[in-house]
Amino acid sequence: MGKSLYEKVWESHAVRTLPNGQTQLFIDTHLIHEVTSPQAFGMLKDLGLRVRFPERTFATVDHIVPTHSLLEPFADPQADEMIRKLRENVREHGITFFDVGSGQQGIVHVIGPEQGITQPGMTIACGDSHTSTHGAFGAIAFGIGTTQVRDVLATQTLAMGKLKVRRINVEGRLRPGVYAKDVILHIIKVLGVNGGLGYAYEYGGSVFDNFSMEERMTVCNMSIEGGARCGYVNPDQTTFDYLEGRPYAPKGAEWERAVERWKALASDKDARYDDVVNIRAEDIAPTVTWGINPGQGCAITDRVPDPALYPESERAGLEEALAHMKLRPGQPIKGVKVDVAFLGSCTNGRISDFREVAKYLKGRKVAPGVRAIAVPGSQVVARQCEEEGIAEVFREAGFEWRGAGCSMCLAMNPDKLVGEELCASSSNRNFKGRQGSATGRTVLMSPVMVAAAAVTGAISDAREVFGVGELVGA
Amino acid sequence: MALEKIQQVIGRAVHVPGNDIDTDRITPARYLKVVTFDGLGEALFYDERYGPDGSQKPHPLNDPRFKGASIMLVGANFGCGSSREHSPQAIYRAGFRALIGESFAEIFFGNSTALSMPCVSASKADIEALAAAVAENPALEVTVDVERLEVRYADKAFGVSLPESAQKALVSGRWDPIADLLEAGELLEQASARLPKAVKS
Repeated sequence: MGKSLYEKVWESHAVRTLPNGQTQLFIDTHLIHEVTSPQAFGMLKDLGLRVRFPERTFATVDHIVPTHSLLEPFADPQADEMIRKLRENVREHGITFFDVGSGQQGIVHVIGPEQGITQPGMTIACGDSHTSTHGAFGAIAFGIGTTQVRDVLATQTLAMGKLKVRRINVEGRLRPGVYAKDVILHIIKVLGVNGGLGYAYEYGGSVFDNFSMEERMTVCNMSIEGGARCGYVNPDQTTFDYLEGRPYAPKGAEWERAVERWKALASDKDARYDDVVNIRAEDIAPTVTWGINPGQGCAITDRVPDPALYPESERAGLEEALAHMKLRPGQPIKGVKVDVAFLGSCTNGRISDFREVAKYLKGRKVAPGVRAIAVPGSQVVARQCEEEGIAEVFREAGFEWRGAGCSMCLAMNPDKLVGEELCASSSNRNFKGRQGSATGRTVLMSPVMVAAAAVTGAISDAREVFGVGELVGA
Repeated sequence: MALEKIQQVIGRAVHVPGNDIDTDRITPARYLKVVTFDGLGEALFYDERYGPDGSQKPHPLNDPRFKGASIMLVGANFGCGSSREHSPQAIYRAGFRALIGESFAEIFFGNSTALSMPCVSASKADIEALAAAVAENPALEVTVDVERLEVRYADKAFGVSLPESAQKALVSGRWDPIADLLEAGELLEQASARLPKAVKS
């Protein structure tokens, strides 16, 4: 019986077995940001410990950075204190920091891959649940708490239990207008928001073979929304082509050796899985959420559920979601009025997302009364968008073109929903209050669907609004 | 490093119903703009408990009958979403020392264990029966027995589950793994020498 990539990486990174039976797992790459690290550095100090391998930790600032102006001090004194604290910590411990003045700052899960820091076969940890994004490269990457950030700083290891592995095959051809975001929203809808508890997800099949790295990242990013702490795709030529020449990728003869090593890490053909799920690509529609968790989604052509038609045990949850979203049981999701359109986040804030939207947005205008915000995932993405004329397309359409950061995905910076505003969002979470207003409402969807909502002022089918699919000839 | 052995948690309980309660609800993101965990107890379920004007909403944690509870009864997939340790920190700092739920999100579970706060899993029926008993008599003494993996109240008891590694860590006073991790000593340097590293070249 062969082994999965997960097993191979796990075995090569196991340092020893701990007294409670867990494995002490070595973490190759540690990513930190301003929100979940200051307390960890504080704990380190209290224990009189140093950062054991400072060259294995990389820092950026993303959650609290304002996206309209980087003038310091920031208007929000708490945000300002956080960035100053991070600078102090990285300076004291000799950690590489992609600061706002570096030209490379951005969302931690955008810049890791962009810089080539994220590599196949690595174990990667970060105090952020969307660390699963890095699994797109065939890395075992997962989010950790702040006490664990301390553990990695102090020892470069974590006390972990081994996960089971579920292989998710998506075979066939995606229908026109169906994107990576729809694939993961569909998977979460099918397997549930807690279906992945105890599992790592291995994504494969022809759809993933054909996906670009950025599409794979979109899917892996939201593994945690399905309860799976990590999700990955086996490394292949697409992975190597993406990485080659990036600043932190190996070069020359070392590159050749690395590629050979990475190829051998991919799951064996006869690998054993704890579970296998098969999904037909043709069954996936442009998907939007109607509720208050990412599993509460439906096809854009569908109606929201009518709790009366569900078993009694499920009704309270459905009613709570519909009440928060101010939707009527059984109403079509298409046509629901939108107040805000947000394009960005570690799920969909990469260059390919902005390129794809710009194709359709050119010559269109944001509907009156809609506040539309475009937030590139990194300063590198922002520059590319300027150079390619993409930023101008967004500005001309009436989008506010902002600086890099997490922004309205979780609203720790000044970008927030107000009151009961409804936001068409390319981000990853539609939890109550997620976008900064306790009564705010979030509808998750692909970037092109966000653009369709922005120009029509309502949740819309991008295939109708833009003729998506006809243009790309998919 | 001698840590307290968590063999039992004894106290009064409060039921916070609902499935898939995410960490944004437990601690809204604006309370994460801090550089220490001090004072986070106040943030617990803030937007569920208070309106924008600070007025109280009906919520079990606002109900004076359940004031002082140290055991929280919850539903399935509690603590899903963000990895923020701020959530278990807020629960702990609000006086809770154990959670009984149908299931817990993994990162939340690990964060809680490392704080010495056991999250034990039980059946929906057992939790609902206990919740009903607590609603009837908020002063009811509830015991979460981590060693015997059972919950006891009045003349009743039911079995709970907890991964063996977490159980061992709690009852042996090794719930904070740092001392064990540091013991690896030179093994860490050896591992670092053989494993890949991202280097700018």
